[in-house]
Amino acid sequence: MAKLPLPAEQIIDEFGPHLHFPDPEGTPGRDEPDKIVETHCCFCGMQCGIKLLAKNNKVVGFEPWMEFPFNEGRLCPKGVQRYLQDNHPDRLTSPLINTPGKGYVPTSWDAAMEKTVAEIRRIQETYGHDAFAVLSGVSLSNEKSYMMGKFARVALKTKNLDYNGRLCMVSAGAGNKKAFGLDRTSNNYSDLAYAEVIIVTGANVSETFPTLTYWLWQARDNGAKIIVVDPREIPLARTADIHLDIRPGTDSALFGAILNYMVQHDLLDHEFIDNYTSGFDETIAAVKDYTLAWAEEVTGAKKEKIEAAAKLWGKASTSFLLHARGIEHHTKGVENVLSCINIVLASGRIGRPYCGYGTITGQGNGQGGREHGHKCDQLPGNRDIENPVHRKYISDVWGIDEKDLPGKGLTAYEIIDAIHRDEIKGLISICFNPLVSLPNNNYVRAALEKLEFYVGIDFFMSETMRHCDVILPGSLHEEEEGTVTTAEGRVVRIRKVVDPPAGARADSEIIMEIARRLGVGDKFSYPDSEAIFNELRIASKGGTADYYGITYEKIEKNMGIFWPCPELDHPGTPRLWEDRKFKTADGKAHFNPVKYHPSMDPTDAEYPVILTTGRVVSQYLSGTQTRRIGKLVKQFAQPFLEIHPVLAKTLGISQYEDVRVVTKRGDAVFPANIVETIREDTVFLPYHWPGKKSANQLTSAFLDPISKIPEFKVSACKLIPTGNHSYIGNDALDYQSI
Amino acid sequence: MAEYYKLQEEFFVDMQRCIGCKACEAACAECETNGQESMIHVNYVDRSTTIQTTVQVCMHCEDPVCANVCPADAITKDEFGVVHTANTSRCIGCSNCVMACPFGVPKKMEEYDLMMKCNMCYDRTSVGKKPMCATVCPSGALFYGTREEIQAKRPNSTPINTFLFGEETVKTKVNLMMPKGSTELRVL
Repeated sequence: MAKLPLPAEQIIDEFGPHLHFPDPEGTPGRDEPDKIVETHCCFCGMQCGIKLLAKNNKVVGFEPWMEFPFNEGRLCPKGVQRYLQDNHPDRLTSPLINTPGKGYVPTSWDAAMEKTVAEIRRIQETYGHDAFAVLSGVSLSNEKSYMMGKFARVALKTKNLDYNGRLCMVSAGAGNKKAFGLDRTSNNYSDLAYAEVIIVTGANVSETFPTLTYWLWQARDNGAKIIVVDPREIPLARTADIHLDIRPGTDSALFGAILNYMVQHDLLDHEFIDNYTSGFDETIAAVKDYTLAWAEEVTGAKKEKIEAAAKLWGKASTSFLLHARGIEHHTKGVENVLSCINIVLASGRIGRPYCGYGTITGQGNGQGGREHGHKCDQLPGNRDIENPVHRKYISDVWGIDEKDLPGKGLTAYEIIDAIHRDEIKGLISICFNPLVSLPNNNYVRAALEKLEFYVGIDFFMSETMRHCDVILPGSLHEEEEGTVTTAEGRVVRIRKVVDPPAGARADSEIIMEIARRLGVGDKFSYPDSEAIFNELRIASKGGTADYYGITYEKIEKNMGIFWPCPELDHPGTPRLWEDRKFKTADGKAHFNPVKYHPSMDPTDAEYPVILTTGRVVSQYLSGTQTRRIGKLVKQFAQPFLEIHPVLAKTLGISQYEDVRVVTKRGDAVFPANIVETIREDTVFLPYHWPGKKSANQLTSAFLDPISKIPEFKVSACKLIPTGNHSYIGNDALDYQSI
Repeated sequence: MAEYYKLQEEFFVDMQRCIGCKACEAACAECETNGQESMIHVNYVDRSTTIQTTVQVCMHCEDPVCANVCPADAITKDEFGVVHTANTSRCIGCSNCVMACPFGVPKKMEEYDLMMKCNMCYDRTSVGKKPMCATVCPSGALFYGTREEIQAKRPNSTPINTFLFGEETVKTKVNLMMPKGSTELRVL
């Protein structure tokens, strides 16, 4: 069924999003908390340390945690306001049954579980195990991520499990595995402090990872040159030494040309290349024609600036290269990542102090959540689900016959396609809001409506949850013990600060209960989160993401431990590759040849403008949490279409005029914000909003052939000024848009 | 052990580092003494041409003109050099301070008929903590600590606290980070 039981307006009336503001008089209990708990922010991969204050089982405020080494008390506006997700009037506090014409009717846990398990059984008996899919998310702790992977394979016996990291770090993960045989940023961020040259490409650090800015500015104060690659003048680019404002989708052309320049001018570390890498000759052959003039033509950035950047990078003695979704959200996301890794390997600057490379993981547990069997092709410890040795090891840990362990399943967007093809009939989701976060989301909506049964676990009624047949109210970050792994690869402790509100349950209890009712309770009988972690430690042992030597006690004592940590007496690994022993089959770091390819939705006479998407500082991902926190909503009350004055003038668009943005997938109207801080051929939309204000109505579902990440960052569009000016400032209700 | 106001710690503002995220505004507004109003303000310089933002906080002048022009004697400077927000029982909402401040800091809150401005988180600094805005600032555009600390961290900048407005020289408790070797900032 999976259709809305009532019109969306009526569901919003009851379940929000509604805005939660702090009490003007101060939250009661803020000044005399019962407890002050050192934990972490729930948003983004930085996982900043923060102290939450609780009174009478309610979170009442925060205090900066000055001692936590990464952020030393610093926070972004999301971190400051994060505590307002607690005690939120929108919290789901009862299991709910989709009842057409009546809405979501509260029911007992027993009835909701019974219906859920009966439907899972019916669908799997009728259509096979793989007809029931799992979509999970990496706002979940390591413990819950691990358990979701095991739950899909052991309890549901389905191969079709994937997660929202598919929209996030998979291109980087695939590229890192190809090049290094391991998927983690190579250094902790303190190695930025004395890097001579830092390249930040496709990463709007000051809006998406604000606290990382401090380390970049620290490097600059120590004399670093900063090179920012981005089609917009993002806050980091404003004072960068070089801003390469390239055309979206041309990253590999830029980095190919930089590699070629390094070769032509012998700005190479021959000793490193000869002894510790493979594939160099094929790789440089692939870029031999990538001249600066060619790169200027393809990327649109001036060749003098590209040359200056190549020279700085080539001649540096220490350096760091950081990238994020800007280069990864492409049909050539993996190639873009490899093109960055190639210039790092050519420089030989890795595995030494102040010499580093890495993707900046986006989601709260984007790092840990992608290591322990939470995705369709992977088993814990970042093992391969198609490798017989890996399968055998994990089957033994789980106490199942290897023959019963499902194989490789479909990726997130492929699951949506498979629903359309009638191959998948049932779905369970947790912490994933695909109606806002997946591309071409009207197609996603049609898929949800086709499902015979959809059960969702979440703490708020997200836009996607409105399609559920059964809703199971789960828990927030601060309502369960656990661990997460930060973007640096540091495993940190998440603390339970309060119990879930009456009527809701801890996520892991919900999963265990379903597993019990499916007859595999013996495999899901964890007394507490630490027991799950201890099983994860064993499951990861010997894998590339080896957590065996990490314990709760050790994390607490050290404010985090960097994996790999293979033995109990091992201190962890803040900086990888100091031994030059890479985790590839031949032990070398691999260069990979990268040829530049155009994007899949190129501009043409009908769709002449490039649309790219991204984020704003006060919102997080699909906004399920942050579109409910009053001040964060007011800070950016609606998505603007950022457009350069030259393009605006050509099209006759005035400031704040409503502009219809049309792509081959659909169209939507946004007020124009005319700014010189973007390329003339490119417009930008942030994607956090739902319904008619969702940028992902317009984006395409072309996928990278390896990582299966969608090409969010490049869509061809046309712009039609409407003559209307509906802009009303920060009273806009776009956070509820349907 | 009880902690007191740390005289050796000072407030430093580094506009070059500001990323416009408004964590400072959100953090300031958390204080119930402000009634959820922020006493620090982040503004775009001109969003149509640049992403640059500036941050404005009370500079806590050595000879505070806001206090000098207050007819109700509602604004006072304490022994630590902190210029306090208007005493609510005295402020008559005349806006003299709003018009007189060379930095444009005090705001008349019409809702409360009261001038409100930063008091350097007196509830925190008086017990040895750092002000909330400078504690959370994710870019280090706001910093609270000793002169030695900031000079070690930022060898290419010099804190200045002398501002020239025409013939007028204003010295402040809050410092602005300027290029190395600077001694003052001429505003007008």
